[in-house]
Amino acid sequence: MTSVAGRAPLPLAIGSALTPRPVAIRSLRRETASVFTWTLDLPEGDDGFSFAPGQFDMLYLFGAGEVAISISGDPTRRDRIVHTIREVGSVTRALGALVEGDHVGLRGPYGRPWPVDLARGRDVLIVAGGLGLAPLRPAVYQILHDRSAYGRVSLLYGARDPSDLLFRDELEAWAAAGDIDVHVTVDRADATWSGHVGVVPALLRRARFDAARVTAMLCGPEVMMRFTVRELVRLGVGASDVFVSLERNMKCAVGFCGHCQLGPSFVCKDGPVFRHDEVEARLAIREM
Amino acid sequence: MSEETATPATPPLPSPPALETALGAHPFLHGVSEDGLRRLATCARELSLPAGAFLLREGGEADAVHLLTAGRVVLEVQVPAQGPVRVEMLGPGDIVGIHWFFPPRRWVLDARCVEPVRSIALDATRLRAMLDEDPVLGYAVTTRLLEQLYHRLERVRLQRLDVYGAKP
Repeated sequence: MTSVAGRAPLPLAIGSALTPRPVAIRSLRRETASVFTWTLDLPEGDDGFSFAPGQFDMLYLFGAGEVAISISGDPTRRDRIVHTIREVGSVTRALGALVEGDHVGLRGPYGRPWPVDLARGRDVLIVAGGLGLAPLRPAVYQILHDRSAYGRVSLLYGARDPSDLLFRDELEAWAAAGDIDVHVTVDRADATWSGHVGVVPALLRRARFDAARVTAMLCGPEVMMRFTVRELVRLGVGASDVFVSLERNMKCAVGFCGHCQLGPSFVCKDGPVFRHDEVEARLAIREM
Repeated sequence: MSEETATPATPPLPSPPALETALGAHPFLHGVSEDGLRRLATCARELSLPAGAFLLREGGEADAVHLLTAGRVVLEVQVPAQGPVRVEMLGPGDIVGIHWFFPPRRWVLDARCVEPVRSIALDATRLRAMLDEDPVLGYAVTTRLLEQLYHRLERVRLQRLDVYGAKP
């Protein structure tokens, strides 16, 4: 068998990894003015969807394009696929115009996940900025499902202002349940906001953790993560205990095309989650 | 929430040794010598303010530095047509008020208590005189102030970057 170009076809596993499958939008929830969450049906014929916290899917809309979107749902709920998406470019704006019952193409999951298993027996710091809470939410779910396996767990979350906060109901429920310490901050607010005001790294002083046995998972704008890592190191946390999720322009999602290359790594395949000391030097190279 | 500047409640004045202990326990003064703490205690008093009260107000005389020991204080900037914009929240272990150190010694923003607040206030005039007279204590306090300023500057830089702005 040959392809139309006369070359040997791609190996089956790779071919299927590059082929989107249609899925229907089961439900749609507006999180903020520009962020929405989809619950998607499984692709036809699948009896469950498995992923690890921190992984992503490629979502495809015919005529618009394809984008890498982190999975934001509960990894134990195998009957659904959940994505939280911000309308920021032409493709995500087109996705934002879809309604329940519409179909999109999906392939995945891809990528290296959060070290949720590695963190067992240790304190855990989950630090999110803006939309960065979406890829971290599955890690929170997984830790909560097995809460006794972890030490103190703190979620630190920041957004630009109160109207940009994601998953507010869940944040309040987690805080009320007391299984994890939840600290929320906004960069600025008017007098109607009685919560914390300030940047995410400032929350670290409020979190309770043992710097010698903590695993930190960070996701948000790269600058925010850089400032947060600096503060963590100041507080005595080892660089090898800090994990960051990086965002680059992913196209193939399987390490072929090189669009997301970061030095010797492909963010789609070797990441998006990296141990910070693996990528620290590369992140400091301005040309990259 | 009251807009009134609250009259500080007047709890029983702690004995100087108690103030020394309280000062030594505050993160801002960790590592300061016992002699230094004893001297600082002579210009210190405990303050207790209700929620809604202002610890300091823009334009007012910068007459004290506050070492927060309980409760949270929000720093606000009055923006015309918007009202107060909250720019940072401070809590136990933080200090409030740096402008007492340099002329013209006026506060440049409001600090409002969002919950009942307790602080140890160091009288600015006496503190400046003490730091001039005792260079060792002066260096100890000044380096701590610089560290506070540096950390605050870092936070403001990150805030200014507006990192959560949507970019295609």
